[in-house]
Amino acid sequence: MSGPDVAAEAWLVWSVVVPFLAGSLAFLAGRRLRIAAALFGLAATPICTAAAVYTTHRLGPVRYRIGGWGAPLGIDWLADGLSMLLVGTTGLVLLLAGIHAVRSIRAPSGGEQKSGTDAQPTIAYFWPLYFFLWGSLNALFLSNDAFNLYVCLELLGFSSAALMAQAGREALTAAIRYLFVSLLGSLLYLLGVALLFGAHGTLDLQALRAVASSSDLAALALMTTGLLFKTALFPLHFWLPAAHANAPAPVSAALSGLVVKASFYLLVRLWAGPFAPLPTADAAAVLGTLGAAAIVWGSVQALRQRRLKMLIAYSTVAQLGYLFLLFPLGAPHGNLEAWTGGLYYAVSHALAKSALFLCAGCVVWAAGHDRLADLKGIARPLPVTMFAFALAGVTLLGIPPSGGFVGKWNLVSAAVRGGHWAYAVIIYGGGLLAAGYVFRVLAPSLLFQKSPAGLRKVPWPMEAAALTLAIAAVLLDFLADPIFAFLAIGRPFAAVTGGLP
Amino acid sequence: MPVLDTGQLYGVTGAILFSLGLYGTLRHRHLIRKILAVNVMGTGVFLVLVATRYGRGVPGAPDPVAQAMVLTGIVVAVSATAMAIAFTLRVHATTGSAHLPDADAEEPRP
Amino acid sequence: MTAAQWLPVFVVLSSLLPGIVIFLLREEAYWARTLLNLTGAVLKLALVAVMAVGVFQGQTYEARFPLFAGQDLALHAAPLSLLFVVLSSVLWLVTTLYAIGYLESSPHRSRFFGFFSLCVSATTGIAMAANLLSFVLFYEMLTLATYPLVVHRGTPEALRAGRVYLGYTLAGGALLLLGAIWLTALAGPVNFAEAGSLANVPPSARGVLPVIFVLLIAGLGVKASLVPLHSWLPIAMIAPAPVSALLHAVAVVKAGAFGIVRVVYDVFGVRLSAELGLLGPLAVLASLTILYGSIMALRQTDLKRRLAFSTISQVSYIVLGTSIVGAFATTGGLVHIVHQGIMKITLFFCAGNFAETVGITDVRRMHGLGRRMPLTAAAFTVAALGMIGIPPLAGFISKWYLGLGALEGGSPWAIVILLVSTLLNAAYFLPIVNDMWFRSRPEPWDERLPRGRLETRWLLLAPPVVMAVLVAAAGILAEVPMSPLEWSRLITGLEYGR
Repeated sequence: MSGPDVAAEAWLVWSVVVPFLAGSLAFLAGRRLRIAAALFGLAATPICTAAAVYTTHRLGPVRYRIGGWGAPLGIDWLADGLSMLLVGTTGLVLLLAGIHAVRSIRAPSGGEQKSGTDAQPTIAYFWPLYFFLWGSLNALFLSNDAFNLYVCLELLGFSSAALMAQAGREALTAAIRYLFVSLLGSLLYLLGVALLFGAHGTLDLQALRAVASSSDLAALALMTTGLLFKTALFPLHFWLPAAHANAPAPVSAALSGLVVKASFYLLVRLWAGPFAPLPTADAAAVLGTLGAAAIVWGSVQALRQRRLKMLIAYSTVAQLGYLFLLFPLGAPHGNLEAWTGGLYYAVSHALAKSALFLCAGCVVWAAGHDRLADLKGIARPLPVTMFAFALAGVTLLGIPPSGGFVGKWNLVSAAVRGGHWAYAVIIYGGGLLAAGYVFRVLAPSLLFQKSPAGLRKVPWPMEAAALTLAIAAVLLDFLADPIFAFLAIGRPFAAVTGGLP
Repeated sequence: MPVLDTGQLYGVTGAILFSLGLYGTLRHRHLIRKILAVNVMGTGVFLVLVATRYGRGVPGAPDPVAQAMVLTGIVVAVSATAMAIAFTLRVHATTGSAHLPDADAEEPRP
Repeated sequence: MTAAQWLPVFVVLSSLLPGIVIFLLREEAYWARTLLNLTGAVLKLALVAVMAVGVFQGQTYEARFPLFAGQDLALHAAPLSLLFVVLSSVLWLVTTLYAIGYLESSPHRSRFFGFFSLCVSATTGIAMAANLLSFVLFYEMLTLATYPLVVHRGTPEALRAGRVYLGYTLAGGALLLLGAIWLTALAGPVNFAEAGSLANVPPSARGVLPVIFVLLIAGLGVKASLVPLHSWLPIAMIAPAPVSALLHAVAVVKAGAFGIVRVVYDVFGVRLSAELGLLGPLAVLASLTILYGSIMALRQTDLKRRLAFSTISQVSYIVLGTSIVGAFATTGGLVHIVHQGIMKITLFFCAGNFAETVGITDVRRMHGLGRRMPLTAAAFTVAALGMIGIPPLAGFISKWYLGLGALEGGSPWAIVILLVSTLLNAAYFLPIVNDMWFRSRPEPWDERLPRGRLETRWLLLAPPVVMAVLVAAAGILAEVPMSPLEWSRLITGLEYGR
């Protein structure tokens, strides 16, 4: 094994080990040292992530055999453009959400039982859970083993549920519902894995790609359904709004920005990998139709919400719909444009949506609530927050300059090439609906009137974190070519796009 | 000659358990029942996992890789159960009941 | 790329960077803000002047950055771009001065001037965009940058107007995008090139080109306020006067019209557009808009609303000139981009002065203004006569060329449209002029500003007077090298492949 490969593998390992290490340290540390462990994790994990992304960029795809066993018996990791793009996005989002959380989340102090205030909820073991979430996300993106992916999914589900459960009664109920949905989804997925393993005796995704056939349709159906539960595709979105809206803001950012993307990523991985040879055109059409329905339903619901965080959460339901359009637009022997465009859209939505939730966190911090009716004129005391909100909103609208614009351009271009006119209309119609709900927040915030009384001053790191994410979502527009080039590393979509990268 | 061989018997049983568990998970609002149902579901999956590989790795014997996976799965299931029970205790402590509240009742405060 | 080729980028940055810094300034930082604004505006004008001289001497400027899928963010300084970019940088400087005077001591000035600068950056980007993607990028940026200006007053009515404005322009943007993506899927990255850039479209795909044309024109027509997509414009009049001035003269409406010029000449090419039979319907639409706008203007009693409908009508002169094949019509349409801009901005400045100084907004109550505010009234008169097309003012040149073009292009009916419209222009401007100068006002004025030596604040007075002088100069000096007319002739030559 050559030198550079070892370096690349080392960074991959560290980007999974360091968050788990930081989480464990934060768990073991006392109250004083917990924040030190958190800061260590917040500094070290992004560094490892960045180094891993950079080495992938420099050296190409890396296949890492854990413990040197190698598939089929051992577990392999695969770091190609697709997985590392999501690892990188995760690093950026969780770093900034973490900075927000340093100020906005309170650790329970001596024997305190109640759950803090809405503005600054008390979350027991926040940092351990946060870093476990981070580590399981990275592990999930890297893993190339169907069963290992199941374990990652469960870890992710547990840390998410524990993080969202502690912010009051609604949050607890939402977390329980999420936990059951998550378990249900995982078990459906695992049943599919059992069928695959039974038929082919291997769990490695690349090995499966070589042997999968039409007889695996049952596994495809089970695994896809399970992941749809977790990705909250309409009409399986019922658990999402309450869960994402009631969690503390940094957790909402991670959940809406990343956790739902993780199961979506896995779906893409499966459809572009093992299941690529299967006749999936009809299933893809179903996913596309549900995606279109999600865009309309989620947007209309967002227009009707009375709370800011509920509005943002329903917007997630709508935006997830866009991601699923890539299946009909990219299938069966479709268009690379649709696949890369869809993934790019997922990344830009991750940045924008987490920015929006962090903004909502700043608003809740300042005002103590997020009732839209009582937030008139809020832009005057919180100009930075609302500016960040507006920038992130631009991405949801799909208007240039923003990542959403390039993503939609690619999806519509694929739709036009394939003659899918209905999808082209839905994509831009959804943009107009998004304008409706984004400006439902922005417009009243610009009203000239006395700002709501008794506002608390928002610490600048919280606003800076939100603004940075929003700016990143806009700058993504100008990084489109490098990102598309990065996505091509290891040719993750070769099997569905006829061999071309 | 039995109608089903050992592997098939496990497989069918697993499928039945999975379906029963799925029904129970969706049907019941009592949290403990839900937790039990999920566990039944999990057991069904584990049986299928062992059954589909029965005799495939080593003739006439279960596949050790599948067994290892089931062991891992059990660990995950135990953690999930523990977590769900912890949540249930919290719900019971705050509401005095161990039911999952109605979707309507948990609509956010206006 | 040499430093000179970066000039188009610097032109955009010269307003973008000050704009961003202005956002960060405190409300009270009056002098810092003013300094930034004026430095940016003067710098932009200087850069544009350097570029104009360079292009006149045959220099080319183009800056490209790859964006995605072989498409670039590209800015260039073609003669057509320069026509618009010169207009916008001159008007930005003047309007900034006016806005500083107008908004003295009103709240949210940092926000206002920040978005104002972004708005101008977007407009110069639109002017210099070298391909369809870059155009769309700046076009949508313009939509977003103008929204906060439209709702600047922060009243419920302003928010309503903003909602209508956004609804129309975002829907238009979606149509434009759809057309752009379709065209790109068909023909690859669409660069703007004189005489058109669709030569490589396979004949089999020609059938859908008219559909794409309709999508593009509909998307642009919203901002250009072509009937029936015009309803947002009168409602958006709620914005402060400098914003209306900028919206009507250079930014939004003109961006739409400029886009139509780009699509017809530099994307489809005038020959292909004519072959596909697309220009006839466009000419009819433009004519309808001209007549409708004029008739509606006649029925308004509020001065700003009358001016708004007048804009709807006047901007369609540009579209009319674009849609009649022939060098004269093209020249007339192009030169009107500049002429309408300077005339309309003068009128809006004057309307703002009347409202701010003595509270007059109703066209029926304007008698005696000539005595109270002689310079403003004189500027108004010059611009209004220009709009009607009295020689030797700017508007006359436009209409003369459009008329010649109508004859040359075999559409004599267009002359009828021009004549009727001119009569209507006269009908809604001349009574005002008459009232201002030849009827007196018995009752005292409702003074809104402290009386000084001048008739109003000098920052409010200077801009309309300067612009009125330009209106006269553009007409009288039309044959001088580098005049708007000469530029338009140069561009026309290029578009017709001469």
